[in-house]
Amino acid sequence: MMATKKLSDLAKTIRSKNAGTDKITFDVIFRERDTYEMVKRSRALTRETMADLFKISGNRITDFVEYDPANAIKFTILRDRPSGSPGDPDIFGAQQYAPLLDVEVPIEA
Amino acid sequence: MDSLKIICPNGHLGFAPLKVDSFRLGVAANPDFIAADSGSDDIGPVPLGNDTCASPRAWQEHDLEVMLLAARETGKPMIIGSAGDTGTNSRVDMYVEIIRELAKKHDLAPFKLGWFYSEVDKEKVRAKMRSGSPIRGLDARPDLDEAELDATSRIVAMAGVHPFMKLLEDGCDVIIGGRSSDSAIFAAAALSKGYPEAESYYLGKVLECASFCAEPYGAKETVMGTITRDWVEVTAMNPAQRCTIASVAGHAMYERSNPFHEYVAGGLLDMTNCHYEQVAEKTTRVTGMTFVPAEEFRVKLEGSGKLGERFVGMAGIRDPYTVAHVDEVIEWARTQVRERFGDSGYELHYNVFGRNGIMGDMEPLKDKPAHELLIVVQGVAPTREMAEELTMTGTRQLFYARLPDVKGTAGGVSFVFDEVMPASPGYRWTLNHTMAVDDPLELFPTHSEIVGVQVLENA
Repeated sequence: MMATKKLSDLAKTIRSKNAGTDKITFDVIFRERDTYEMVKRSRALTRETMADLFKISGNRITDFVEYDPANAIKFTILRDRPSGSPGDPDIFGAQQYAPLLDVEVPIEA
Repeated sequence: MDSLKIICPNGHLGFAPLKVDSFRLGVAANPDFIAADSGSDDIGPVPLGNDTCASPRAWQEHDLEVMLLAARETGKPMIIGSAGDTGTNSRVDMYVEIIRELAKKHDLAPFKLGWFYSEVDKEKVRAKMRSGSPIRGLDARPDLDEAELDATSRIVAMAGVHPFMKLLEDGCDVIIGGRSSDSAIFAAAALSKGYPEAESYYLGKVLECASFCAEPYGAKETVMGTITRDWVEVTAMNPAQRCTIASVAGHAMYERSNPFHEYVAGGLLDMTNCHYEQVAEKTTRVTGMTFVPAEEFRVKLEGSGKLGERFVGMAGIRDPYTVAHVDEVIEWARTQVRERFGDSGYELHYNVFGRNGIMGDMEPLKDKPAHELLIVVQGVAPTREMAEELTMTGTRQLFYARLPDVKGTAGGVSFVFDEVMPASPGYRWTLNHTMAVDDPLELFPTHSEIVGVQVLENA
């Protein structure tokens, strides 16, 4: 069986934040090019795995970008209602990234 | 001029005070402009709908005072966008008044103060729709219809560079803007001095959040942007921070769904082919940005609509059986509310912290609740009286929920206080749309005046 590491041990930054009133965007930024390329190749972070992780339908993910200039993987989801509507507990969308921390990434030998 | 320098001390002026030490270093570097954005839609729909600020006036006065004194001492223009979080007319007026008061307090020599408004009358939007020009939805929203317009309390339009450039051309030393694109505040300064659009908008893009484009993390610290006809450089002013390839490129994707594109009134900044180079320890240089002018001039509109008055209650749970059956406890309380108030005409929300209070249905661990829970209850209703009673019923009845096998029958929840608390009214974002206009200044009327003490020369 292939060894794995948690995404939180591989990435420099894992964050979420509003992108306007109707979306939350997630940024996973790596310090080293090699680690970024390895995570890309692992397919641990894709539209499909993120839809599974957050238990949302794939069409709520509006953008999924592998962003080479910043060694970063970025995706954006539609909120189920606009930010700050009564009952929305995370007006800034700033605490939605937590499930990403524990994503297991296969490590290449 | 071969190059132009702008310092930015704060990414959301007023939300938390700027850090003075790195600002002083920025001023000492002899910038041509001092500029900051003061607004955000991150703060939710309440401040716009309610026409209030998100933060104490004292914090906003602090930043405006520090910036104004530096700007007047050095004789360099100062530019603020999205005054008072929302950029509504009342917030612009408040900032203009603060500037007048500061000028008086410090006996400042006369200077020209300019400002512009950006509130949009609902009837203007309605007329636009009825004339056959659709108000187009952003981010998967449908085009605006009149019912949604009717549900809207207040609208602001997001200015591009145009009103800022008009006021700069008029010779204003200090500019207070209504709601504005963050990047436009800085881009306008560069464009007014003849720099190319792509570099100017990128300069704005990278400066808008101050030290968020630097590392290590440290907010409210000053950064300096330098523009030439060929490149943009950004430098951290805090001695402990650096602008690195990673931090600057990483910032390009901050708070936006796509890291390659930034839409502004009048066009699109394309960062797809940007190249980043570390040219000094604290400085990164960026090249390769392009600007694509829009075929049709569309302005973004933000609108907030009032849902009703709001109260909040809280209840804790420690009993493990009750923790496991918290949804039944909430359903009991909802039923009591329905018996009193019916099924509609109000909103009642429960967030269960310790289970999935923060992430709702997206929480992967919602089947693994903590050993104690906090239920936050929000009731929204047409009147304060109803909102209070609604929220009280929805909170108090958690105490009386009837679970068949609970051992403790003296009270099913803990109360920090057995009352409910008045909160801001409930609002929701009703507009995240764009509207076509014929004239870039159409929605943004500009004004100016001379302020400051008249000094008697050689009296």
